[in-house]
Amino acid sequence: MKNVTIRIPAALREFAGGMAELELQAVTAGTALEKLAERFPLLSQRIVDQDGAVRAYVNIFVGETNIRDSSGLETRLADGDIVTIIPAVAGG
Amino acid sequence: MSLKDATLARLRKKIAEVSPAEAKALQENGSVLIDIRTPEETSLGIPAGAALLNRDRLELNIEDHAPDPGATVLLLCNSGVRSLLAADNLLAVGYSDVRSVAGGFVRWKSERLPLEVPVSLGANQRQRYSRHLLLPEVGLEGQHTLLQSRVLLVGAGGLGSPAALYLAAAGVGTLTLVDHDVVDRSNLQRQVLYSDTNTGLPKTEAARTRLKALNPDVKINAVDQKLDRTNVEELFADHQVIIDGTDNFPTRYLINDACVRLGLPNVYGSVFRFEGQTSVFWPAQPDEPTPCYRCLYPQPPPPELAPGCGEAGVLGVLPGVIGLLQATETLKLLLGLGDLLTSRLLHYDALQARFTTHRIQPDPNCEYCSGEGEFPGYSDYQDFCS
Repeated sequence: MKNVTIRIPAALREFAGGMAELELQAVTAGTALEKLAERFPLLSQRIVDQDGAVRAYVNIFVGETNIRDSSGLETRLADGDIVTIIPAVAGG
Repeated sequence: MSLKDATLARLRKKIAEVSPAEAKALQENGSVLIDIRTPEETSLGIPAGAALLNRDRLELNIEDHAPDPGATVLLLCNSGVRSLLAADNLLAVGYSDVRSVAGGFVRWKSERLPLEVPVSLGANQRQRYSRHLLLPEVGLEGQHTLLQSRVLLVGAGGLGSPAALYLAAAGVGTLTLVDHDVVDRSNLQRQVLYSDTNTGLPKTEAARTRLKALNPDVKINAVDQKLDRTNVEELFADHQVIIDGTDNFPTRYLINDACVRLGLPNVYGSVFRFEGQTSVFWPAQPDEPTPCYRCLYPQPPPPELAPGCGEAGVLGVLPGVIGLLQATETLKLLLGLGDLLTSRLLHYDALQARFTTHRIQPDPNCEYCSGEGEFPGYSDYQDFCS
């Protein structure tokens, strides 16, 4: 298990108890999201669909890299990694 | 002998002089020819290929034109006198091979050597843009480029306000503003184009008045229309950069799809509460293909999961930060400077005071920008933010 930091975007913080970031232990991006879902099911619904796939209007980055350009939810995590969730927002 | 004549006689022994034809031959072999005359003099014509560097800034800026102090530097004035004095100054700062063009520009012209008319600015423009002219990366040519440039902004709101103000101030020659809204008092907390007396006016009309007052050089096309599939391509045509400062998903996808179709760079920004994001989407970038908005967000969120637009709130300065990043990327694009935000998403979290960048790649299966198949057409997303 790797110790990683999850950054929650402003648009979704109300579904994460107002937290901007939290730390958890996971091996892959997918297991990190599963652990997030255990704590915050409403948050999880906005990030992944019923089948567990990341929604088309959300991006998950491990460090600088989009998991879509890596191994998707199987992307391996290392100690100290920062997992950032960035959803589409439209305000202007 | 007057002091002046004595000085010139001494300098003629010290400084090498070359004829205009010799100067031209040296220039063709890589030596730099610098016209040190005043802007009033050079506005009528200069030796072809000469660099412009007024004598009063010669020692300060010579390294921009001749970084190697051992290189041959040729100086030209109107008759060959000021260039002798200037050459002595360059020797004093450490240049070892400085030559004066005998007879100066008058002789160059009479010998029918090639001329060019440099881009020039009026006296007011030289004052207005003086801090740009001092930047070697912009300078006279860059400012001229900006004055010839055409940029279209979709949305004259929180993002469009600062972007339009700074682009007008910078002298971007034509700004087209597309917005179908009127100024509401609730806009004034962040939409700095407008003042309290503008409430109730069409935004494009109020913006045009404000921007023309800031810089009369700039042509403002005020388009008081809603951007839709029927007008998007006609409006975007003849512009070099599109700035996405809209406030709703359907228009963002429309802007993206039209930019992809027309090969235009889409300078994107969006904000929510205390966070903003910006990037440059430009699949047609000449050097290497870069992603489009759909590569990052293939589809908009459904209305029930999208944060409400009007009710979400935003810190007033936040769109200022993001809109100015968009303006900065636009100026870089127009001037061909630096590294653009293509292939990167920049995310700003104001509460954490943190900027982060994330890499984004073209989606090889993107229906719009991957180059596979026909243009899929414009989408009809529900306009759930209006």
